[in-house]
Amino acid sequence: MSLFPGTAAEIAIEGGEPLPPGRKIEGRSPWQLAYERLRKDRTAKIAFATIVVIVLLALLAPIIAALVGHGPNQQFINTGESASGGPIGPNSTFWFGTDENGRDLFIRTLYGARVSLVVGVLATMISMALGVVFGLTAGYLGGAVDTLIARMIDVMLSIPFLVLAISAAYIWHPSFWLVIFIVGVLSFTYPARIVRGQVISIKEKEFIESARALGAGPLRIMFIDLLPNVMAQVIVYGTLLIPAAIVAEASLSFLGVGIPPPTADWGQMISDASGYYQYGSWWYLFFPSVALLITTLAFNILGDSVRDAFDPRGGGLYV
Amino acid sequence: MIRFLVRRIAQAIVVLWATSVVVFLLFFVGPGPSQVAREFAGRLGTAARIAQIKHELHLDQPLYLQYLHWAGNLLRGNLGTDYYNGVSVDTTVAAAAPVTISLVLGAAVLWIGYGVLSGVISAVRSRSLLDRSVTTAALFFYSMPTFVLGFSLLWVLAYKLSPVTTYFPFHGYVALAQNPGQWFEYLILPWLTLAMVTAAGYTRLTRGSMLDVMNEDYIRTARSKGMRESRVVMRHGLRSALTPVITLAGLDIGTALGGAIIVEVLFGLPGLGWVTVQAITNQDLPVIMGVVMLSAAFVVVANVIVDILYAVLDPRVRLN
Repeated sequence: MSLFPGTAAEIAIEGGEPLPPGRKIEGRSPWQLAYERLRKDRTAKIAFATIVVIVLLALLAPIIAALVGHGPNQQFINTGESASGGPIGPNSTFWFGTDENGRDLFIRTLYGARVSLVVGVLATMISMALGVVFGLTAGYLGGAVDTLIARMIDVMLSIPFLVLAISAAYIWHPSFWLVIFIVGVLSFTYPARIVRGQVISIKEKEFIESARALGAGPLRIMFIDLLPNVMAQVIVYGTLLIPAAIVAEASLSFLGVGIPPPTADWGQMISDASGYYQYGSWWYLFFPSVALLITTLAFNILGDSVRDAFDPRGGGLYV
Repeated sequence: MIRFLVRRIAQAIVVLWATSVVVFLLFFVGPGPSQVAREFAGRLGTAARIAQIKHELHLDQPLYLQYLHWAGNLLRGNLGTDYYNGVSVDTTVAAAAPVTISLVLGAAVLWIGYGVLSGVISAVRSRSLLDRSVTTAALFFYSMPTFVLGFSLLWVLAYKLSPVTTYFPFHGYVALAQNPGQWFEYLILPWLTLAMVTAAGYTRLTRGSMLDVMNEDYIRTARSKGMRESRVVMRHGLRSALTPVITLAGLDIGTALGGAIIVEVLFGLPGLGWVTVQAITNQDLPVIMGVVMLSAAFVVVANVIVDILYAVLDPRVRLN
């Protein structure tokens, strides 16, 4: 028995477990391991399939609208409104009923998915990019830079998200891109702290030292050497940021400072419906709410599974 | 302890100061002095009123003097004048604060109580059917946007049940001092809504933290002394598992005091969040700035309290 066993196979054999014929021990990266675990997770598969369906419906919305023959903002004054001008319930022409403007809620719910998904994904990309840059900088450079960034985050966190977001929407007028920008920028603090923590724990390792000895500059070390090692964490929290961003966007639209009308948006639709459900128009409230709930639930379940796959030992999700 | 306190409070003051600078820059410097005066005057401001405001807010002076004037007022507890409604912002805030405090404290009792209880049960009976249902429910409510849950409760309890009972009102608020019974009636749905969406995080946090703690050596020691399991769980497990829960609770309460916006708008509670949205709709800048600074103060103070509690609760934490 050598002091330094050369291959993994040797170790396994010494461990006593004979390998079944035809099977080799292969090295697996954490990514491969996580992917394997994720593939075996039934709930994750269902959540993922749900997300695929939602994305497809969002992509196909214009085609479905053309097939049904109702545009998202088209008003059906004669067929889509009750005698008193209120919304009408689901029927064979309007599957999800109509709103108070005689617009087809089925088509609008489909179009709402486009807004939610685009805002959710783009805002998450902004916050992840900012989080990576600030987290890497604070963690790697440390000292005064770290303190400065930490205090900046403290200031941002000192104002509740919605208060800050609606103030921003007050200063600059609400628009689609402003919502993405606000949601993205205001949620970078979370990934930033994760990345910072990770960087601090690995920046003293030998491979970073050797990179420095080879003459690599801080930028190279941060983005070429450190970044790939924190990427798994960033992805995990990224999948959990998407549903949060979708809810944030819907909340802003619900409060009237999100996506401006007449764009079909779930938060806006739910807010508009609030004036009608007491008169029995349940469909107006029901369909956009269920669509929003299914979407955030699917993303949260998938994010939860992705986190479990990368860190099977982990405790609570929101620690 | 004293040194820690002084340092922590100094830090909090720095954060508040920086926040005030950011708020000042955003609202005062962005649009320029004439625009600020016009915005302060509100939608119906006259030329004379705008000139008066320009003078009152020192807008005709250099920026740093404008800031000093504004910040000086803040320090004296003067949040400014609401020119649109012709009252001081302090009055508006003082009228709204009790509503928000009633809402948040009542809901906090519910969400912490339910969250901790379900988290402990879930951890003690880990991987059981009960655990699975509790954690699934937590994920479900965590994913649920506040207004979706609020409307669901309103739909079922206030609308559908209205032929049977009118115990659950749709909208409005009655002060505690005026009629405690009605105060409770008007708040029960808002409490439930806020508590249910918030509790989910506590269930998961308590569960995770309990699972970690119950694997500690001192838990084994306690068990091997022959201590009853319930006592091990409550005395030895829960006490240290609670530390992260307290942290989260402090931060959540602080944040909610400054902005339980959605719940207040949904249920027509005239609290601080409702005032904020109202101010945005009316383009009432002084109120917006006042509420923003007040929320920041709530959050920063909550942070300090949490840090102090942390040390009191967990003897392992050394303050220096």
